[in-house]
Amino acid sequence: MRFLMIWLAACVLTSTAMAANSPTLERVKKNGYLRCGVNEGLIGFASPDAKGNWTGFDVDFCRGLAAVIFNDPNKVRYTPTSAKVRFTVLQSGEVDLLSRNTTWTMSRDVQLGLEFIAVSYYDGQGFMVPKKLKVTGAKQLNGATVCTNTGTTTELNLADYFRANNLKYKIIAFEKNNEVLAAYDAGRCDAYTTDASGLYAEKLKLKNPNDHLILPEIISKEPLGPAVNHGDQQWADLVRWTLFALVNAEELGVTSKNVDQMLKSPNPEIRRLLGVEGAFGEGLGLTKDWVVRLVKRVGNYGEIFERNVGQGSQLKIKRGLNALWNKGGVMYAPPVR
Amino acid sequence: MSWWRTRRTQDLLFQAALLGGVVLLIGGMAWNAAGALERQNIASGFGFLDNTAGFDVVQTLVPYDETSTYGRVLIVGLLNTLLVAILGIVLTTLLGFVIGIGQLSSNWLVAKLCRAYVETLRNIPLLLQLFFWYFAVLRALPIPRDSWNIFGAFFLNNRGLYVPGPVTEPGFGLVVLAIALGTMGSLLLSWQARRRREAQGVITPVALQSLALIFVPALVISAVVGFPLHFTWPVLEGFNFEGGIVVLPELMALVIALSTYTASYIAEIVRAGIQGVAKGQIEASQALGLKRSPILRLVLVPQAMRQIIPPLTSQYLNLTKNSSLAVAIAYPDLVSVFAGTTLNQTGQAIEIIAITMGIYLTLSLLTSSAMNWYNARIALTER
Repeated sequence: MRFLMIWLAACVLTSTAMAANSPTLERVKKNGYLRCGVNEGLIGFASPDAKGNWTGFDVDFCRGLAAVIFNDPNKVRYTPTSAKVRFTVLQSGEVDLLSRNTTWTMSRDVQLGLEFIAVSYYDGQGFMVPKKLKVTGAKQLNGATVCTNTGTTTELNLADYFRANNLKYKIIAFEKNNEVLAAYDAGRCDAYTTDASGLYAEKLKLKNPNDHLILPEIISKEPLGPAVNHGDQQWADLVRWTLFALVNAEELGVTSKNVDQMLKSPNPEIRRLLGVEGAFGEGLGLTKDWVVRLVKRVGNYGEIFERNVGQGSQLKIKRGLNALWNKGGVMYAPPVR
Repeated sequence: MSWWRTRRTQDLLFQAALLGGVVLLIGGMAWNAAGALERQNIASGFGFLDNTAGFDVVQTLVPYDETSTYGRVLIVGLLNTLLVAILGIVLTTLLGFVIGIGQLSSNWLVAKLCRAYVETLRNIPLLLQLFFWYFAVLRALPIPRDSWNIFGAFFLNNRGLYVPGPVTEPGFGLVVLAIALGTMGSLLLSWQARRRREAQGVITPVALQSLALIFVPALVISAVVGFPLHFTWPVLEGFNFEGGIVVLPELMALVIALSTYTASYIAEIVRAGIQGVAKGQIEASQALGLKRSPILRLVLVPQAMRQIIPPLTSQYLNLTKNSSLAVAIAYPDLVSVFAGTTLNQTGQAIEIIAITMGIYLTLSLLTSSAMNWYNARIALTER
């Protein structure tokens, strides 16, 4: 009985001991590295290069956080997660955040004990078809067999779209991206559906990328963004404002190349962002020059976008919705003040 | 010696303590998990089974559409798993026995080929074989427009094997009833024949009579009600064939991979079972003047079966459990649609995994008890 009491007490203590400050930030600092859940391999978003280094849009966000916390973007340990296990990996505390093209939906936000931080990439679901099918629009896909991933919003959107348009279809759902692609390449299905960004990335892996066409229709809203566990608001704030800082830096013209000159800028907004005026970073448990570290190491939002998925990459995705709000997109970050 | 110091009491106490420890550990884990879920505001419970699923499943043995519930998804997935398990068990048993007996063949080539089969198949991981069959099948088959056409009724392409689908009309129930009654009658007949053989040693042939009893009344009734069954034919429409029944390439690949892989183990079990029968038994029956076929049927097989059944049961269990690899090639089994898609849509990981584990456990225990029953029936009865 005594043993049981001690054991119960130990359980209660360990669960309540970390309440002050941000327990996640404390843990990250103690570990000496950030644990980041990423995609298993999606070119442009998260994939290991020939030397085994992770690169991509989602990876750069993790690197940015590491730069903010440690002033070293390499202090990250990546956990590749499949669509199926990603939430469990986060919930069980195996990673400090999920930065893995994950759609922010109400049920995920409310029922899974997660907190979606903000939108880092506005995406939508599209279709890829072989050109030889001579299909030019999604409405011509009546009776088609469609390949996709299991355990994603994609399956639901697909069902909704075909139902709404009174079209027949068959769904073949695989667990891993590679198998979806292999089956599509082998002609098992007429169309491949996933988020448009994913289509551009996966298309590059096909035997003859030029024989395939991405249809113009976008059939769903897929706001992708990082997620953390519920219950550590300060950690959520830190992650959220790191993303906002990246967007604000782009809006204010602060880049990895000019950040040192920008410290001398007379513009009060830039001075606040870079910590020359005010001490906004200290509220996050950091130093006030946190954005200088961030932008110097990984660049601003626009630089990250272009380098990984935009014109500087193989994917050549246009900014579209992801352009800044004053440049025709919807990327809009609250101000630092 | 006082009673609490006896060996028996101490043993009991020790076992009670161990049991208590196990209960405490499991209870503690459950309590901890429930607490963690509550702290993180993760919804729990089984209410989600009544929610609308909203996604489609490519192969359903019961009516299902996007408006069905997650509970329905569970049933659909379970039936798909059962389908693979049953097809796989039947095929693997046939193949395993053929290869197993083949290994003992006096024909050098046959024996070596069977040996090579066993050594190759059981030494390559099942998942790789599954991918091999799936992608080999897919690559080998033509696109729908160039389907291989068999008698204008069967079409084979990389979307599956399309066969005419039966559609029943009113009156079909009567035919089924006639077949059922006929089957019962024929069972009665063979039981009588057996009793007669055991009592009087007279062998009464009943095969023809049984067949007649099953099919003649059924044929007569279907003629009377006007053959209450017709077929829908698969027809190429747009991308794919419509109508008829489709056997998915995923199902084909999964059944082939599971049954060929498991057959390599069963072949070894069968070989060991046959070789395990004492040589003297065969020599004795030869001495009695029995011919080759009755020796096999009456002496060798019954004794070999006793050694084959228990390990065969575990192979059946393995096959059923291995069918959960289906998710790798998009066959919509229980793990794929329930422990996969449903888990992801609802996030109820603990409940869903518990249900799934419970189902596999139940399936395995059922298979196991059926096989044990059969084993007890054929076991050596000592008089």
